[in-house]
Amino acid sequence: MSIDRETVKKIAYLARIRVEDSQLDPLAGEISGIMDWIEQLSELDTNGVEPMASVAAMTLPMRKDAVTDGNCRDSVLKNAPDGEDGFFAVPKVVE
Amino acid sequence: MTELTSLTIAEARDGLNKKEFSASELAESHIVAMEASRDLNAFITETPEIALERAREADVRFGNGKPLSAMDGIPVAIKDLFATEGVLTTAASHILDGFTPAYESTVSANLRASGAVMLGKTNLDEFAMGSANITSYYGNVKNPWKASSGKNAGKDLVPGGSSGGSAAAVASNIAMAATGTDTGGSIRQPASFTGIVGLKPTYGRCSRWGTVAFASSLDQAGPMTKTVRDSAIMLQAMAGHDAKDSTSADMKLPDFESALTGDIRGLKVGVPSEYRIDGMDPEIIAIWDKGIEWLKSAGAEIIDVSLPTTKYALPTYYIVAPAEASANLARYDGVRFGLRVPGESLDDMYMNTRGEGFGAEVKRRILIGAYVLSAGYYDAYYLKAQRVRTLIAEDFKKAFAKVDVLLTPTAPSAAFAIGEKQDDPIAMYLNDIFTVPTSLAGLPGISVPAGLNNDGLPLGLQLIGRAFDEETLLRAADVLETAANFTHQAGGK
Repeated sequence: MSIDRETVKKIAYLARIRVEDSQLDPLAGEISGIMDWIEQLSELDTNGVEPMASVAAMTLPMRKDAVTDGNCRDSVLKNAPDGEDGFFAVPKVVE
Repeated sequence: MTELTSLTIAEARDGLNKKEFSASELAESHIVAMEASRDLNAFITETPEIALERAREADVRFGNGKPLSAMDGIPVAIKDLFATEGVLTTAASHILDGFTPAYESTVSANLRASGAVMLGKTNLDEFAMGSANITSYYGNVKNPWKASSGKNAGKDLVPGGSSGGSAAAVASNIAMAATGTDTGGSIRQPASFTGIVGLKPTYGRCSRWGTVAFASSLDQAGPMTKTVRDSAIMLQAMAGHDAKDSTSADMKLPDFESALTGDIRGLKVGVPSEYRIDGMDPEIIAIWDKGIEWLKSAGAEIIDVSLPTTKYALPTYYIVAPAEASANLARYDGVRFGLRVPGESLDDMYMNTRGEGFGAEVKRRILIGAYVLSAGYYDAYYLKAQRVRTLIAEDFKKAFAKVDVLLTPTAPSAAFAIGEKQDDPIAMYLNDIFTVPTSLAGLPGISVPAGLNNDGLPLGLQLIGRAFDEETLLRAADVLETAANFTHQAGGK
């Protein structure tokens, strides 16, 4: 098994996803199965091959550095689960 | 008169222009069908009021003899991955609970501007991650087709995924057409499973702006329709350059419908040997061989081609797509929209929200993505996959130096039963074995219903085209469709 429960715990924290302890082993098994299957890529010689980040044969277009919208605070905040005085609210982060 | 719900877009357009019926009558008949077919669970949100209002506006335009386009007054369903102004947009995820965008996605805005009438938002796999529409927070979608024999006779079947609700809605004549999105096969595979046409355009043809992102280098919206002609008409309305999506192609749109000349004499059709995989269902091979014969009889030249990197496409996809998904889905943090599950600290709140808000498949993919991008593994996995992606794209480039289109099966099987393959992620991933390579290369692909298997279930064939050559693709697909003469209807209608 390529991925153990500690690794699952670590990546779950990196991804900020709560995983119950009882789920660590089953997830390690599932992800290992997938990673072992992905491992077949190592058969392929890719030395000297350029990595492809995008299929779009284009450079990113430039635009004017200008404000094109704004004044929409209320509609930006409208879907927030919690907000106060025109701000998003989160649990206290500074003691 | 034929039932209004059985019309194609092209037929409805003609009927509306001749005033044989009104857009309101079209909308009403489809709303009745939508309400009568709720057991399919094809819709997450029905919007009959919006449909009737937009239909009335269309009728005013027809009254003045000034319809906006060929899509004016056409009742369509919108996959619930497109943000719709003032209408709940869920991506079929718990984490987007209550999210009502203040903006409209470019694709749905384009359709609206062309006069199309929105019936509602269709169900899908959560965040478009799945091939059976069994990962939706809002429940499974049922395929309107049933097997007449075999091990799944009479059972509820999956519609394919991720655009399963869209596929089921079109196949059961609830919507005249629907939008889909395709990251690795999510338009084409459900189209094949439900006996309809599904077109994934070239990457960059339709704007991604306002569409909930899954894997940004792969995601592409496209039409799901009853006929190839309808796909041409609908693509015309959906596509076009959009400055708000930096990967949107700044190219003039051709007139897609006029590409359907019915003439493919001399067209070079490639048949990739690597798609004839070991242990392949003989019925899939048989329908593929039929397709080859049909195109040959229509005057095409059949050429054997090789795409040697094909077998590595799926594992490549399962690095690239989860990696991009893990980055894209970082935005669901319980702060700006959707679900929040409280916690002691900010970190706790993030973890609780994401732990509860995402379903099992989405979590699995985010974790794989975080793993392949994490320190020490990036080169071995992500960079490696990007290099293989280059080889896959080069395979197609070489093939398209010799041929104009490729013909392959769309999926390795017909629709399977709900519950099947549920516990085996890799078996589920194999559904997309014939569609993923096209996605990785950014090329357009279309699934056309070609026939029924021995159990009475539809099977599709896929045509793949050169980048931004949807015209040739649609022309070939139209000829294939005519030859296949697929007139069967879901539910034996």
